[in-house]
Amino acid sequence: MASISLRNVKKTYGKNAVVHGLDLDIESGEFIVILGPSGCGKSTLLRMIVGLEEISEGEILIDGTVVNRLEPRQRACAMVFQNYALYPHMTVAENIGYALKVAGVSRSERDRRVREVARALAIEAFLDRKPSALSGGQRQRVAMGRAMIREPRVFLFDEPLSNLDAKLRIAMRAEIRRLHRKLGTTSVFVTHDQNEAMTLADRIVVMNGGKVEQVGTPAEIYHRPATRFVAGFLGSPAMNLMEGEIEPDGTFVQDATRRLRLSQQAGHAFPGGRAVLGVRAEAARLVAPGRPDALPAIVDFIEELGASRIVHVDFDGLSFAVATSDNPALIPGDRVGIEIDPRDIHLYDSATGERLEPVTARQTVHP
Amino acid sequence: MEKRVTFSTTAIGLLFAAPMLLLIFVFFYWPSAQALYWAFTLEQPWGGGNRWVGFSNFRQLLEDPIYWQSVTRSFVFGISSTAISMGMALILALLTDRELAGHRLYRSVFIWPYAIAAPALGLAFRFILAPEAGLLSVINRVWPDLWNPALDGKDAMIAVIIAFSWKYIGYNFIFFLSALQGIPRALIEAAAIDGAGPMRRIRDIQLPLLTPTLFFLLIINITESFQDSFGIVDVMTQGGPARATELMVYKIYFDGFKGLDYSGAAAQSILLMLLVILLTIFQFRFIERRVHYK
Amino acid sequence: MVERTPVFNILCYLILTLGLAVALLPFAIVLIAATHDLKAVNTVPLPLVPGTHFWENMSAAWTRAHLGSKLLHSLIFATSVAAGKVALSSMAAYSIVYFRFPGRILIFWLIFVTLMLPLEVRIVPTYSIAANALQPFQTLLDVSGLTWLADTVFGLRIRLEWGLLNSYTGLILPLVATATGTFLYRQFYLTVPDELAEAAKVDGAGSFRFFLDMLLPLSRANMIALFTIMFVWSWNQYLWPLLITTDPEFGIAVTELKTLIPSEFGLPDWNVAMAGTLAIMSPPLLLVILMQRWFVRGLISTEK
Repeated sequence: MASISLRNVKKTYGKNAVVHGLDLDIESGEFIVILGPSGCGKSTLLRMIVGLEEISEGEILIDGTVVNRLEPRQRACAMVFQNYALYPHMTVAENIGYALKVAGVSRSERDRRVREVARALAIEAFLDRKPSALSGGQRQRVAMGRAMIREPRVFLFDEPLSNLDAKLRIAMRAEIRRLHRKLGTTSVFVTHDQNEAMTLADRIVVMNGGKVEQVGTPAEIYHRPATRFVAGFLGSPAMNLMEGEIEPDGTFVQDATRRLRLSQQAGHAFPGGRAVLGVRAEAARLVAPGRPDALPAIVDFIEELGASRIVHVDFDGLSFAVATSDNPALIPGDRVGIEIDPRDIHLYDSATGERLEPVTARQTVHP
Repeated sequence: MEKRVTFSTTAIGLLFAAPMLLLIFVFFYWPSAQALYWAFTLEQPWGGGNRWVGFSNFRQLLEDPIYWQSVTRSFVFGISSTAISMGMALILALLTDRELAGHRLYRSVFIWPYAIAAPALGLAFRFILAPEAGLLSVINRVWPDLWNPALDGKDAMIAVIIAFSWKYIGYNFIFFLSALQGIPRALIEAAAIDGAGPMRRIRDIQLPLLTPTLFFLLIINITESFQDSFGIVDVMTQGGPARATELMVYKIYFDGFKGLDYSGAAAQSILLMLLVILLTIFQFRFIERRVHYK
Repeated sequence: MVERTPVFNILCYLILTLGLAVALLPFAIVLIAATHDLKAVNTVPLPLVPGTHFWENMSAAWTRAHLGSKLLHSLIFATSVAAGKVALSSMAAYSIVYFRFPGRILIFWLIFVTLMLPLEVRIVPTYSIAANALQPFQTLLDVSGLTWLADTVFGLRIRLEWGLLNSYTGLILPLVATATGTFLYRQFYLTVPDELAEAAKVDGAGSFRFFLDMLLPLSRANMIALFTIMFVWSWNQYLWPLLITTDPEFGIAVTELKTLIPSEFGLPDWNVAMAGTLAIMSPPLLLVILMQRWFVRGLISTEK
């Protein structure tokens, strides 16, 4: 178990910056998920921690020691690769035990520990097989076993579940979580899948374009997205975003027909500012058309999700999603109104994408 | 692997294959069959009658110590040049694959020798290794008459082996490097995280994964040493001195076209063809066992 | 990767530089020797600085080995073999991969077997064909009794003759008759998605159209790779051209190398020999340097 600190870490290839000056503190025993779209620098960050990429600038500390110039083997990190990277010419037992073999651990000790790890992962039956004779889920377990056997200070996962089918992915997710609870090893997990991030993480680091957008618990990230990017990236369906102006009286004006009442404070705080307004689909309610303060819209289509449904409405070319658990008898073309509690509104600065505070959205975080 | 979508017009299908089939019939199958026929008959060069002699041509050949010498020499030549060129190519490829600064330069220059025609490099090496001029002549300045491929059979063999190995370093290098680059980077990285240094990774990961390429190249090199050696031998030593570099193909050429012993040359051809076929079959058995990374 | 192995790295550089020297030394020596006069080239040790006699050595070699016409012959020869290979193999592979007809498997194996025996190994029998390329057909007619039939019934004597000695046809065709390219193309066709052929069929393209409009343009990279490797390979052919070109007027550059070997008597004129070697080895070398990517790709995929 170890803490990790990143101090202004940069990665550049020639003139191309992939990670621009990043600061992050990971506590000992924490499960951190780095979430972001492909190409955001999240894998590069992981590879810098483990020592597969040189750090162009800044420092990485593990347990308070700068590791910039340490080789991967000296950092005592273990990594699970996206394609598992199992040695194809070795058996499962040899794969798992390779690190111990290199370290010069005696054969009997090695066998004992391989067996122990294999038992924990329920892969004892396959110890003599080659990786090519295993299924995707089994290979995944072997890769985990190879990481676990060294009892590393830090576990690093580079999108390890992306090659599994949906059902297996969910099962492995639970397993990784269970293992983390048992071992308590500091873990950094990279993914582009928000469900994975939400279910696994103690804290999520949302990255975009080589920068950190937000660091926070899954609930914080979901309920109080710190930037416009985070607001749009997390949540399914994506948060409804629209751009407009905030008038001094606290009204958000998109154009003449689309006006929304915000709180008084908002008007005082940002009079005349251009802003992006965001509302989660489940925070908006469908009401009868023509209600005061409700936005008039036309039903575009309805996505049936079984337990709930998402009604996609359209106001003059702008599409907006409303999630509802009742079953309104609506058909495309129907007129409806949309009602939004001012406390459910998120506001972002148009230019910088920063969250505007004080915000009208409710300050308390949903459990 | 089979195509799901096909055309089933027999005539057009045959039409596409016809030119190739015609050529291989005339220039491959017919001559090969004819060689078989000749090997069992005794024939006057160019025409005259053929007499069925059964295995007598082969018997004569197999009882001839000179033939066996040429076989032995071919193997000495083949095995040593293969060992030299594959060994050096493997080392160079492993080091180039580390992608140190300048690896692009190494990668392209190491390939150049393979572009040179065997007789051209034969002539170049005849000069480089000449006893009285060139590069190695310096040795004779220090120890007079130590090195003379024109008179000493062993020196001549060494000279031919050097020339041939030089050409095939590039060839083997290409294959080794491409095989090394086919090994997923993540495997090397995983081994590095597991604590293995560069040498250890070569031993535990890269070399085991190269075995199929190693076997494949071994056979190809030996086969090539039988055929591509002709130009080098013809230009450097003409099989001499005193037959010291008379390899199998050179002997076939010499007996058949200079000595006009057509039946003897045909019998030698048949034996050589059998040998090459055996090697090829051996190779295909190993190709089947290529490593797959998925 | 973060790796601090300074000693190992220095060792790597040492070995690689040594390798570089070994690879380049023969080129350097040929080049240097070609620039000296007769006396300088025979001094021991060989001067390592180039001299000034390059052009006169080159012109001497040019005359002695008739390089003007021979290099042209080589160019025609190598281009034709490479082009012939590309054309014939793309077609043969198309037939094997895209058609279903009885005997297809047999054809596959007939072509496949030719991979096993390079020309040098079966040089004696192949040479006998060169005197009369139609001999197989003549023999077939003879054996089947058709010659006799024509002779007795119609009083016709059938004599098929087509000598290949000292002709481009004789030089080129036997070298085209191997399967190397066919398998390169076969591999490529197998990677073309089935949907493409389906789409072409739905769009009403027949087998000729599909071949010309889809496969050939798609296989451009293959074509270049195969052409490059086959050009180099044929330029460097030696034994076959040596046998088939008996007429000193005909013949290609590589077989001329023998005339450049310095005579045993007097001071050997290695300067001229090396100038000639340089001229003869340069074209394929340049092609490999310029088309390296294609060359490597072709080499690896033809052998697999």
